[in-house]
Amino acid sequence: MNPPAYGSVRVVAEQRREPLIPNGVMGMLIFVVTEAMLFAGLISAFTITRSSAVVWPPPGQPRLPFEATALNTAALLASAAALIWARRCFDRNRRTARLPLAIAVLLGAFFVVSQGAEWLAMLRQGLTLTSSQLGSFFYVIVGFHALHAVVALAALVYTWVRLQRGWLASSQLGTAQVFWYFVAGIWPILWLVVYR
Amino acid sequence: MAESIPVAPSPARAHDHEHPAEPGFIRKYLLSTDHKVIGLQYMFTGMAMALLGGFLAYVFRMQLAFPGIDVPLFGVVSPNEYNSLITNHGAIMIFWVAMPVLIAAFGNYLIPLMIGADDMAFPRLNRLSYQLFLVSALVLLASFFVEGGAFGGAWTMYPPLSASSEFNQTPLGTTLFICAVALEFVAFLMGGINFVTTTMNSRAPGMRMYDIPMVVWMIVLASILFMASVGPLVAGAVMLLFDHTLGTAFFDPQRGGDPILWQHLFWFFGHPEVYVVLLPAVGIVAEIITVFARKKLFAYKTVLYTAFGTGVLSFTVWAHHQFIAGIDPRMANVFTITTLLISVPIAEMMFVYIATLYGGSIQLATPMLWALAFIAEFLIGGVTGIFLGASGSDIYLHDTYFVLAHFHYTFFPIAIIGSFAAISYWYPKMFGRMLNETLGKIHFWGTVIPFNTIFIPLFVLGAAGEHRRIWDFAQFPELASEPLRNLDKVATVSLVIMLAFQAVFLFNFFWSLRRGQKAGKNPWHANTLEWTTESPPPHGNWKQMPTVYRGPYEYSVPGRDADFWPQNEPA
Repeated sequence: MNPPAYGSVRVVAEQRREPLIPNGVMGMLIFVVTEAMLFAGLISAFTITRSSAVVWPPPGQPRLPFEATALNTAALLASAAALIWARRCFDRNRRTARLPLAIAVLLGAFFVVSQGAEWLAMLRQGLTLTSSQLGSFFYVIVGFHALHAVVALAALVYTWVRLQRGWLASSQLGTAQVFWYFVAGIWPILWLVVYR
Repeated sequence: MAESIPVAPSPARAHDHEHPAEPGFIRKYLLSTDHKVIGLQYMFTGMAMALLGGFLAYVFRMQLAFPGIDVPLFGVVSPNEYNSLITNHGAIMIFWVAMPVLIAAFGNYLIPLMIGADDMAFPRLNRLSYQLFLVSALVLLASFFVEGGAFGGAWTMYPPLSASSEFNQTPLGTTLFICAVALEFVAFLMGGINFVTTTMNSRAPGMRMYDIPMVVWMIVLASILFMASVGPLVAGAVMLLFDHTLGTAFFDPQRGGDPILWQHLFWFFGHPEVYVVLLPAVGIVAEIITVFARKKLFAYKTVLYTAFGTGVLSFTVWAHHQFIAGIDPRMANVFTITTLLISVPIAEMMFVYIATLYGGSIQLATPMLWALAFIAEFLIGGVTGIFLGASGSDIYLHDTYFVLAHFHYTFFPIAIIGSFAAISYWYPKMFGRMLNETLGKIHFWGTVIPFNTIFIPLFVLGAAGEHRRIWDFAQFPELASEPLRNLDKVATVSLVIMLAFQAVFLFNFFWSLRRGQKAGKNPWHANTLEWTTESPPPHGNWKQMPTVYRGPYEYSVPGRDADFWPQNEPA
């Protein structure tokens, strides 16, 4: 009766299917894309200003501690690696994920604290938000990243607490993972562009 | 809770099981996580802001037509007040009317209903999104009452005017304006995450990608465009806020900053934003013309791919706003080409819609009139854009009333005609009663005819060289000639007539809430899933969740008695 062009008969599963990507992870992925564009905007603004400046760094301003922050960068990347490890453990036996997740949290906390210490050192050397273009961009870009790192760290701690109490769902760990990978992944780019 | 957590039922469902009793007023309307309540909240807030935006337009149009007049309901307009009025008219109409009504209101209301879900993927995030949006609107309104008045540096916020209160003379107004815009972005970010996730994960069984109604696709694409473009502007807005309040110099040329940088950051968002509001309106029109022409949408996939293409291209056209800002002429050539290219996919969509109408059994009900008006009026807006996209003619026309008339011919069909089309079409579903057709048609003609007589004179004024941002043309004798000033009066009188006709709509809207004819489930004989439940839909939307068997536009299928074939009806 009906030609196939108009809606051929379909086999429809009665039950709702499991989504390919859980809601939380998907929402976080979309959020991360937006955040990546935010940092892209900041980086491009910084690059334009820097390339059109006559002298860089601006006179009287300290050079940013590229080498000293290499350790922090390594700590952050190691933290992301620990989180990957935590995921593997979690999928096999969720109790074994406690140790790698704790390592990820501690390494992340080390990054945040030691970056804060760097900030204080830079302030003492006369680099402030209003002292020059370099200072303005440094505090805005790195400040944005610090904000993300602190929030993501809080999310990781929350994840760890849930894991301890046995409440952690796989999708919740996934959501925290996406956010933390973003924070860790964007940092080397910021570090190479801004510090060097 | 158990060790392993199954796919959690959404809070809306859980709520149903725990509290079958009717919740109180505050829980039902103020703290509800129901997508329909949130959608209506967005719609009513947007409508209230539209009235405010229209009022601001009335005040400054009166000043332009009759300089120095004591404007009824406002008073004499000073130059600073004039600047605040045009700035806030623009910002309100785009950020607090077009986006909340077209994307947030209809996105929230329609997406779960049209894809067969009981609620959004993140109902509480949705709740927070509206609350933040409301706060942003209140912050903007507060800026009118602080010392120095509301921000007057145009909605584009170009520095150095916006970067120092020494220049803009609105120390608090500027800060509040930037904060309001930033809060609004956060609200829409949450909404957008919700729309995309819900559409991808919560569709009814059987609904494949190409079975999703076009309006849902368009709102999803618009959300993706918004979220991909808004980042640089948020970065820029923070930098501008720091310039204005903390004394940094990102955009201050005297201290090594770059004012053009702001224009790039702003328009990188600002141009995709046009398509962010355009796409939902295009989707709404697709739903309406298929229902009222009783015909399948011509080339569903073409429309969809065209919309994807438009989205990608829209990221490459922004510098056409800056042809006289001192950018490299070679770059201007590139942006001229991309700008003219983007008219191709949009024209294609319009052709597809005309092809859909061709040979259909067209019923000129009010929603259909609005949809047809959208196609006709938007075409004028699109065609006049060609002159502005080409850098040669834009150098002459830049910042004249021609530009203003052009973008009103795009935004008015999008935001106002599109919203009226959607409201008149989905009103029966939202409130369970029909709008009055006669009043609807009076309102339609009373809006569309004055709209044209407002902006056609402005095209002429712009071509004659009148600059957009002048408070009183008496200061410029060569522009103050009698024929030109008369055109200004025509535009203003038309605006007053158009605003007066909105009373018909408001009356119709609120009168029909109680007195309108009962709508029933499916008054338009439409196919999409929202018409298979009660009007208005209950909490949770369906007693038994629907299953989808076919695409959304199977109208007038040969060999069937009924000329429509709902998506959930087994073959």
